[in-house]
Amino acid sequence: MTAKVTVGDVERVAELAHLELTAEETPGMLHDLNAILDYVAELNELDTSGVEPLAQVTELLSVGGASELRDDAVRPSLDRAVVMGQAPETDGAFFKVPKVIER
Amino acid sequence: MSSEEKIADTFVEKPKTLAALRADLENGRAKATELANSYYDRIARVNPQLNVYLSLTKERALAQADRVDALAAKGDPLPLLAGVPVGIKDVLVMQGAPATAGSKILRGYQPPYDATAVAKLDAAGAVLLGKLNCDEFAMGSSNENSAFGPVHNPVDTERVPGGSSGGSAAAVAANMAVATLGTDTGGSIRQPASFCGVVGVLPTYGRVSRHGLIAFASSLDRIGPLAANVRDAATMLGVIAGHDMNDATSSPAPVPDFAAQSDRPVEGLRLGVPAEYFGEGLDDEVRSAIEAGIEALKAAGCSVKPISLPHTRYAIPTYYLVATAEASANLARFDGVRYGYRSKASANLSALYSHSRDEGFGAEVKRRIFLGTYALSAGYYDAYYLKAQQVRRLLAEEYLRAFAEVDAIVTPTSPIPAFKLGEKTGDPLAMYLADIYTVTASLAGICGVTVPCGTTNAGLPVGMQVLAAHLQEGTAFRVARAVEGAQA
Repeated sequence: MTAKVTVGDVERVAELAHLELTAEETPGMLHDLNAILDYVAELNELDTSGVEPLAQVTELLSVGGASELRDDAVRPSLDRAVVMGQAPETDGAFFKVPKVIER
Repeated sequence: MSSEEKIADTFVEKPKTLAALRADLENGRAKATELANSYYDRIARVNPQLNVYLSLTKERALAQADRVDALAAKGDPLPLLAGVPVGIKDVLVMQGAPATAGSKILRGYQPPYDATAVAKLDAAGAVLLGKLNCDEFAMGSSNENSAFGPVHNPVDTERVPGGSSGGSAAAVAANMAVATLGTDTGGSIRQPASFCGVVGVLPTYGRVSRHGLIAFASSLDRIGPLAANVRDAATMLGVIAGHDMNDATSSPAPVPDFAAQSDRPVEGLRLGVPAEYFGEGLDDEVRSAIEAGIEALKAAGCSVKPISLPHTRYAIPTYYLVATAEASANLARFDGVRYGYRSKASANLSALYSHSRDEGFGAEVKRRIFLGTYALSAGYYDAYYLKAQQVRRLLAEEYLRAFAEVDAIVTPTSPIPAFKLGEKTGDPLAMYLADIYTVTASLAGICGVTVPCGTTNAGLPVGMQVLAAHLQEGTAFRVARAVEGAQA
């Protein structure tokens, strides 16, 4: 947990996150990430062996408990024309994007 | 709110209580349409200085006000929030208004439905005035991360209102709404409420449906009310709470009458004061104000005992790993394809994604997506994300053990009062530490209320945070009422 982030890491993470950093932005991000990761390394002080991870808290609510799953039934959804009306580019039925497969 | 009113150094003005507004409407002393228009007048006068509202929904608001007036004219019973002017944080979707989440990436987006909490306010007769400024995607503690500029604190316009629900807190403090909705992921209702001198509620996780909330960190995000007094905040929570088939994490627990619960005296309640919330970094004047509040609670008949929550110091690192990991996944949906901003300069699909996101997201959002993506990436998952989830359980269990012995825990909401605009923008870590007293309750899923509790010598508001166990909002409201009652 003491790994220092490198420029290579920043580039790899940018690719994973579909973000592009300009040459000016990269050093700042590198600095901030290292500072934050140094700080969160404090967690290493704690022995958590055998502790079950807690991903969400619904299990802790003793009253009421977790919500039951609803019936798997068809319900009305938003109108297609309304949804497509929000798209930056559409033919009315589909979202349009630049060509993915060259032929 | 006459039109001759001068804008003084301070923009602070107390809204009428819900009970007073209701009485005015019922006996014909006021009309909902006039009330709505008077709020729009005030917004027009003070919004240029405070930057609280991002958009106004006059057409929808006045149509609702008309309906309320028609009911009142017929002498029909009025719904609970009839005619009450309310503002909505702009991370919740609402028909008739753009939803920006404080970001450029949602440019042009007009949501075609109401969030469940918004729909419930609407059904209760509330007049929805417009959408409130906030940090981009609710990521921030000062409202300075909004793509549309910061909100100014009505108490002192050179200071931040807190964040991320800065607009929601400032709107109530400046009487630009009677009550508002905010959202709280790590402190984003409680900290701005304390900075602006209003009441803010963190409901139990699952108490209020998140349907229609633009997600930041789904296991932490909560929607809650802000109001000028505790009873009105409790009434607002009662309206928006309850199970919703559109949010599988919403709780099926019955919704009690929170306002009635808040009326009960506090005598005999057991309060815990955790040493870890009164240590290094706590401003002396904030400490004095909170200690005076605790004395008032003793005088009202509460028993007070010191408790220890030793894992507290690990809460901020845990929170920033969990929250950013979830954010990196949630914000993947903003890709320039289905809604919002699309970069013009995109030769292929991959470039379309990355250019749209790079041009659309602000610096703090990018920083958090980076941190979250890194923490979830191959080789680091166990060391960061899994570790944080394990510590999250330790933090939650620590609170549950404490609540076996006390009914509520009282702390400062923030270690410091509202700071100056620009004071912390250069240092992300310093900004994160502003949430030091609020993030643990977020991780544990418990509920809480922040209530004004004195001021600093300079007149800046101080907030006391009252925390209670899961689904025990009524207890937090009772204690907060007692603190409120003890204010001069």
